[in-house]
Amino acid sequence: MLEILVSIFIVIGGIFTFIGSLALVKMPDFYMRLHGPTKATTLGVGSILIASAIYFSIKDSGITIHEILITIFLFITAPVSAHLLSKAALHIKTKEIERTKNRH
Amino acid sequence: MSRIFPHPLLSLFLILVWLLLNNTTSFGHIVLGSIIAILVPVLTREFWLENIKIKNTKVLFKFIGVFIWDVLVANVVVAKLILSKNSSLMPAFMVIDLDIKNSLGVSILANTISLTPGTVSCDLSLDRKQLLVHALHAPDVQESIDEIKKRYELPLMEVFD
Repeated sequence: MLEILVSIFIVIGGIFTFIGSLALVKMPDFYMRLHGPTKATTLGVGSILIASAIYFSIKDSGITIHEILITIFLFITAPVSAHLLSKAALHIKTKEIERTKNRH
Repeated sequence: MSRIFPHPLLSLFLILVWLLLNNTTSFGHIVLGSIIAILVPVLTREFWLENIKIKNTKVLFKFIGVFIWDVLVANVVVAKLILSKNSSLMPAFMVIDLDIKNSLGVSILANTISLTPGTVSCDLSLDRKQLLVHALHAPDVQESIDEIKKRYELPLMEVFD
């Protein structure tokens, strides 16, 4: 039962992380590529951490919740790095695709 | 009191992080954590230009609830957008005129925008009045801007301004 629950979370995490990485290959311009890693991966890493918390809480007889820390640090760092990347891209005038509205 | 705890919230955060890092609530670590919680804010006093004041705790918790829900939805929405046909996406830059003044509020707003549905904050104007946001799929730019202002900026203004 435990293993089923844990594996469900790991599979969900894997799928979302994969989709996030897929965006890097599939999207046509730099700004659109940014969306994949900042968002799809939060849930991806999140579910893997939930799986880890469940597994070690039951395995080692004692609640382990320090996975929460990884989530907090991820939530703080992911948008900051995305912001810096796009700021740098705007600075060197990276081209966006033609149909983008309000082009900068 | 304010000499020992110049930033009570930071102290509380530090002691919680310390206990979580060590994954324990033993007495020794609570003592060690308290020492860190007292020392670090005093040593880093110079870096904190303004005190963090939370004016409305209820709104803050409601905001965090909305935020967590939106992050979950955002992941699914963006995953769908990524898997859909590239040519059906309508990317857009939008300029949001900020009404929020507090600098912590602005940075939390920018972070929230980056973590929620299909938007990444790209640049903040030097006077902190305009935020440039890139949307992955925005059929109606004005509607997206209004949504962000109503959903995230208003509660943050109530909390920090």
